[in-house]
Amino acid sequence: MSEETKALESMIGEEYKYGFTTDVEYEDFPKGISEDIIRELSSRKEEPEWMLEFRLKSYHAWLEMEEPEWFNATYTKPDFENLLYYSAPKKRPTLDSLDDVDPNIRETYEKLGIPLEEQKMLAGVAVDAVFDSISVFTSFKEKLAEAGVIFCSISEAIKEHPDLVKKYIGSVIPARDNFYAALNSAVFSDGSFCYIPKNTACPMELSTYFRINNMESGQFERTLIIAEEGASVSYLEGCTAPMYDENQLHAAVVELIALDHADIKYSTIQNWYSGDENGKGGIYNFVTKRGICKGDHSKISWTQLETGSAVTLKYPSVILQGDHSIGEFYSVAVTTKKQQADTGTKMIHLGKNTRSTIISKGISAGESNNSYRGEVKIGKKATGSKNYSVCDSMLIGQSCGAHTFPYISSENASSSVEHEATTSRVGEEQIFYLMQRGISEQDAISMIINGFVKDVLKELPLEFAVEANKLLDIKLEGSVG
Amino acid sequence: MLEIRNLHAIVEGEELEILKGVNLKVNKGEIHAIMGPNGSGKSTLSKVVSGHPEYEVTEGTISFEGQDITEMDADERAHLGLFLAFQYPVEVPGITNKTLLREAYNTIARANEREELDPLEFEDYLVSKLEIIEMKDEFLNRSINTGFSGGEKKKNEIFQMAVLNPRLSFLDETDSGLDIDALKVVSDGVNKIATPENAIVMITHYQRLLNYIKPDFVHVMMNGKIVKSGDISLAEELEANGYDQMQKELA
Repeated sequence: MSEETKALESMIGEEYKYGFTTDVEYEDFPKGISEDIIRELSSRKEEPEWMLEFRLKSYHAWLEMEEPEWFNATYTKPDFENLLYYSAPKKRPTLDSLDDVDPNIRETYEKLGIPLEEQKMLAGVAVDAVFDSISVFTSFKEKLAEAGVIFCSISEAIKEHPDLVKKYIGSVIPARDNFYAALNSAVFSDGSFCYIPKNTACPMELSTYFRINNMESGQFERTLIIAEEGASVSYLEGCTAPMYDENQLHAAVVELIALDHADIKYSTIQNWYSGDENGKGGIYNFVTKRGICKGDHSKISWTQLETGSAVTLKYPSVILQGDHSIGEFYSVAVTTKKQQADTGTKMIHLGKNTRSTIISKGISAGESNNSYRGEVKIGKKATGSKNYSVCDSMLIGQSCGAHTFPYISSENASSSVEHEATTSRVGEEQIFYLMQRGISEQDAISMIINGFVKDVLKELPLEFAVEANKLLDIKLEGSVG
Repeated sequence: MLEIRNLHAIVEGEELEILKGVNLKVNKGEIHAIMGPNGSGKSTLSKVVSGHPEYEVTEGTISFEGQDITEMDADERAHLGLFLAFQYPVEVPGITNKTLLREAYNTIARANEREELDPLEFEDYLVSKLEIIEMKDEFLNRSINTGFSGGEKKKNEIFQMAVLNPRLSFLDETDSGLDIDALKVVSDGVNKIATPENAIVMITHYQRLLNYIKPDFVHVMMNGKIVKSGDISLAEELEANGYDQMQKELA
């Protein structure tokens, strides 16, 4: 291995900066999963009967399902009997003021560089902070309420807006959809709920910070976003987690529903602990995300920057049911050390004249493995539809892998599907070229990477783009060898 | 300005010597041409002088502006005012020419404790340099060399040279792949950049370039060494008789 490659590798082997834990007391709850556990969980959350039924039905579906193995990753399967399916900070804060929030929790946010005080002042950003399973802080609620926007925890929505939740939960991702979605449907702890009424543009970007902070606690977030006719919303989700040796499972479910002329933009920055040099520890990120463009001329756009987790299996998808609807997927997936990512999207064209765009950028370094898996399906009735896909992979060093698995099918002749894929290596020649112009090695690498991911990062909302750049810097720079 | 003494170099990790004792002295205000057949080590010399990590100096020294730069990183050499116009300019997708040049210009300015230019001042400065290679503004906002024609890439090298204003420039086969019109634009550009305060070393196969940029000295390189030095008449002699003839004479 040349000096350059060594320097590159040491640079991207940057230690996880958010590896700390917060000392908060947790309620006792037995480990493992059973009907009794689910009943207990549901009763602690004071849920209505229909919710408990939904959970139990999902649980029974899950019991009959097999854990999937078709993806391009290997890992030790989680021990579902050894997981904790419910955890919540003991001191339930009242939400009147920041002073009521547990000081330890606030300190955690400060370490993450997102102090609530600043967030509160951040123009136009509402924050529904999820700390472990219970929402500890919700802000900007009044302003949103004025516009008729409902933005709250899913637990609260189950109580306050049961009709909406009942109508839409599981409508995009049924419990039987897959093994992890079934598990989530049975035991989901909390998450966000968002409803944008007819002809309303949500007055601010909505964001939630998720954080796993309880050893051995499975984290099962559930998010539901509904945009009524002519409504629009931009939702931001960002995650970090503390450093632990035990693998932690994260199996979230996110469902998006866009009615006629509605527009939903969902952005994610994911930076969970990815394990150490030897692949020990790290989060299992097995997420099911799907949106349905139910109405004509509706649009759903997924943008993701995936940098963390030991294993990521994630395919944010769009069902293009309404005529003239639009689906987009913009993704940057970075893997280093022994990380494994199998990620991509599905664009299912059902309506006429539907359009989808896929731009996927994978960066692999160390001994990591990065796969793009994308399905584009154009149905019989989806005449005049178009898909355009670009999947680019960049390799850093000699020991990593990049793979592309496109699945394309079109059942009508009036539609078109275009797929481009490239693989390149961050070359010594590129670095030398920039260094010859006076730029340091570290800045040269950063420039090359930034150039590579630019088409995706420009899709992020501005507030997030800054964080995204910071995260890429942490992940890919820092310690020139 | 530049003094190369008994320079020996290999490709890192390999045994084969490519430079076998090169000696070269360049003073400010001078234009040198290094000619030689394929595989004689001309391009390697320019890469070794500018600090390419693929090569390892096994013997000898390179000093530049009174400093020994033999072991310096490429960016530090650039800070001292050394520039290499690449034979094959590298594509960097997603980063514009402008971004690269502002970063490069200001990094070099910082290293020399000169004042940096803010984006607006820099824009004016860049535009003022465009005429040197007869390019339009849109050239600045294109990704570095990405999708450029061969001629555009070579012009871009000379444009970067004009913007960064180096003390010493190596032009590695800048004439190769250029049609006659582009060759004229590029040579005119180089002639505009050349001043009594800086120096240029051209590396070329052909005498053709020397009709446009007049060298003060011509060196012939063969088998990893400079075997003969002289004035422009040496190039003319080569053009007339070829490298083989000279090799025989030297032997």
